[in-house]
Parts: sequence; C-alpha cells; structure tokens
Amino acid sequence: MTSAIEFKNVVKTFAKANGSVQAVLDRVSFSIPAGKTTVVAGGSGQGKSVTLKIILGLMQPDSGQVFVHGREVTRASGKELEALRTQFGVLFQGAALFDSLTVFENIALPLRERTRKSEQEIRRQVEKTLAQFELTGHEDKYPAQLSGGMKKRVGLSRAMQLSPSIMLFDEPTTGLDPVMTQDIYHLFAKTQAEFGFTSVIVSHDIPKIFNLADQVIILNSGKMDVFDSPEQIQWSEKPHIQEFVQTTMGTIYQSHLVEK
Amino acid sequence: MQSNTITRLGDTGLYVLTDLGKMTLFLLMSLRGVFRRPFRFIELVRQIQFIGVGSLAVIFFTAASTGAVLGLQGYYSLNKFGAEGMLGSAVSLTLIMELGPVLTALMVAGRAGSAMCAEIGIMRISDQIDALDCMAIDPFRYLITPKFLATIISVPLLTAVFDVVGIAGGYLAGVGLMDVNPGSFIQGMQTSVTNHDIRLGVIKSFVFGLLVVWICSGRGYFVQEIRGAGFGAESVSRVTTQAVVLSSISVLVFDYLLTAVLL
Repeated sequence: MTSAIEFKNVVKTFAKANGSVQAVLDRVSFSIPAGKTTVVAGGSGQGKSVTLKIILGLMQPDSGQVFVHGREVTRASGKELEALRTQFGVLFQGAALFDSLTVFENIALPLRERTRKSEQEIRRQVEKTLAQFELTGHEDKYPAQLSGGMKKRVGLSRAMQLSPSIMLFDEPTTGLDPVMTQDIYHLFAKTQAEFGFTSVIVSHDIPKIFNLADQVIILNSGKMDVFDSPEQIQWSEKPHIQEFVQTTMGTIYQSHLVEK
Repeated sequence: MQSNTITRLGDTGLYVLTDLGKMTLFLLMSLRGVFRRPFRFIELVRQIQFIGVGSLAVIFFTAASTGAVLGLQGYYSLNKFGAEGMLGSAVSLTLIMELGPVLTALMVAGRAGSAMCAEIGIMRISDQIDALDCMAIDPFRYLITPKFLATIISVPLLTAVFDVVGIAGGYLAGVGLMDVNPGSFIQGMQTSVTNHDIRLGVIKSFVFGLLVVWICSGRGYFVQEIRGAGFGAESVSRVTTQAVVLSSISVLVFDYLLTAVLL
C-alpha cells in the first residue's frame, strides 16, 4: 500500500516555563496510507496538533524527516512548500473562517486566489458546493452568524474547493453536540467516499471516531502506538493504552450512518 | 545569584535579537508582496479608504487646533521682539518640517495602527493566517502588503492635509485674532519655506508611515510569540497597546535622527 504521509524518526521538543525541555514527539515514525482514514488520538498536549503542523510545514521538527507523497516537507523551499500545500485541505479546530468575509466569499477564496477561473465559473462551483453541504440560503451570512456545526461545514467545503488529495481535520467535533457530531462524521464518510482523499483526523473523540478509522495512532508522552482496528486497542496490554481506553472509551460508536 | 542575572540578561538579549530578526524578515516579506501576483488592488483601495480617508476628520481637528495654538504662541513670543511679521514663516516651517509629519503619524498609529494590529492578531489566534498558508495563499501578499502600501501612500497625503489645515489655523489665529498683517504672514511663509524643507517633511512622513505599519502589523502577526503577552483575547489587547506605544516612540526617535541627518 502506498503511503501518503511518512514520518521518520521525527523529534520535536519545546522549552517549558521552568527551563526544562519536553519532547512532544520523540523519534516518532509512522506512515499514513493513501486513500484511507487515519485517526491521530491522544490527550491534551501530547503533540497531536504539532503533528498536523509538521505535516503542513507550518512547524519544523528538531530532527527527522517527513515525506508527503514521497517529497520531503522538512527540506522543502518556500515555493516547494506552497506547491505541496495545494495538495492539502485543512479543517481547523475553530474552522478558521475569515470573519470579514461571507460564507460565499470564504468558500470562493481559494478559487479566486489559486485558480484562473472566471467569476461566473466560481459562482457556479460555490453554489454547487453550498447545495452539497446543505448551506444554500446561508451564503450571505458572516461566520459570526453561524452555528458551530455550520461553521465546520463551511470550513470543510472551503477546504474541498481545490480537490485536495489529503484532508487534515483538527479536532473536527470539538464544541459540537452529539447530533451535530454525528452529522459531521456522516459528512466526512460521505465526502471521502465521493472524493477518495487520504484523511487524517486529529481527535480526542476516540469512541465516536473509530468506525471511520482504517488506522489509529495514539500519541502519549512523545511516543506513539499504531493500531489497525479498535479491537486491537482494547486488547492492548500496554498500561498507558489500557488507561487511555478506560478514560476515553464508552460504547463504540455504531451509527449505521457512518458504519463502514 | 550572579549567574542567574547573567542567564536572564543573556536570555533577554537572545529574545530581543530573535525578535528583531523576525521583524526584519517580516518587513522584507511584506515589501516582497508588492511584486507577487495577483495584486489586490481593490483591497489596497479599501485600506486607503480606512487608513487615509477614515483618518481625515481626526487629522483635520488636530491640525486646526495645533495650527491655531502655534499662531497664538508664536505671536506671543515674536511680539516680545517686535517680530510678529515672522509669524507665517514660524508657523509654516514648524508644521511642514516637524509637527505635520509627527502628529499625523501619531494619529494614524492610534487610530489605524491599533486596528491593524488587533485585526491581524485576532486572525493569528483564530488560525485564519495558518488557514491562508494551508491554502497556499501568501498571507503577506493577501493581508499585509495592502496595509503597508495603503499606509505608505496615506500618511504623506494626510501630512499634506495636516500642513495646509494647520497653516490655515495659524493664519486664522494670528491674522484673525491677533491682527497680524495678512500680507506679511503670507510673504513670510513664501520666502522662508524652501523645497528642501518640504522634501524633509515628505521623507519624514514616508519613514513614519512605514514605521507605524511595520510595527503595528508585525506585532499583530507575531502576537503568539511575544514574551509576557499572555494568551487569547488578552494577548491581542496587550500587544495592541504595546504596538501603539512602540510605534509612537519610534516615530519620535526617528524624527530626531532624520532631522539631525537631513536638516
């Protein structure tokens, strides 16, 4: 199976307030298979968002290599990084919509800035997307006028505009109620089935996300464990994994909507 | 104890050097944005509208009152030597070479610089700038460069407005209230103000505009990396205050340096 993203012995440390150094990623190696869904899980401050930032080239590791579709991100120049980033779509934790732009303008932004499409073509494409993500009628609203779930849908539709081959989701359901969470996961499953992108979901929302995952990576104290199924995690004899299972797992999510 | 002090000093020195380095790179990237395409002309016009046109009222009132005070004060001082005929020359030279550029820059820093810093800072803490990076949209070209250009264009023009309104204020106070001869006021102004004086004022206003936009937008851009700024909304408010203070002090320091070098 070809890998979309590959980490090789990646180390990332941060200085703490007391002067000591904490290794958030300590010689971490893993690969994320193309076209599949990988969930990166772990408690707060365990390096989940750092992992995303390193993949995107927004943060440099202290040592080690990171490859995206075989090209090294860690040594990429500004131009190469810009080219690499066109392959990514990112849904940020808070959706990161531009406050001063309407829903329509937010979704149209990557098309206006990164393509040579005419305004008419852009309008057609955005209107199609609005319908697809059930946002028709909300195009003239500003982000401050949207609910949390709607913001995520706008963020997702904006991220999808340039047909990325890799989608990164940073805590996609934080702050959403259970019904909204289910809707968002449903939307992920639907869009991935339609577009076939590689999906990386960073979440602490373990039980609910399992049925979406082909692979789960659990980060803990700078180290990581890779599992191919939820059952493998439950059977693990490692104490930190057992503790993680006990604190985060209730009933594993079984919605027919997102079941694979 | 001593080694602790040395460690802290070294740490602060490194922080200041790193910060200066980052701000220098920020300036270069912002200026490079001018040559990157697509150029955001509409955004540039919008920013000129906000920074330039939006500041006209505050510039008008500041200039009128400063000019009028200069007229009254100038008359009071010059009258002691029987030289009130020099009032036009004193008012216009002071405004064109010093007060016009400095006060305009301070007003723009307080009104538009603070808004710029807060806007960019909020965009930074809510991941909007990272989102631009992730969409392979250069945040400098998209966000910062239009503000740079708009400020560099607006501040000299606002300074010109300040000078004209200020001189009119000085004329009204001197000629209207203190009965200075209008002919000698205008004559004094015409004979004493040279191209060199106007050039000095224009150079100052360019430099001050650049300082204000550089410091205010740069502080906002690096809001999460500024020591002691805190987090979230608090960090944006603290850094905005810091940006306005820092840019105002820089304007005053550079005013002295430019006067010393170019006069």
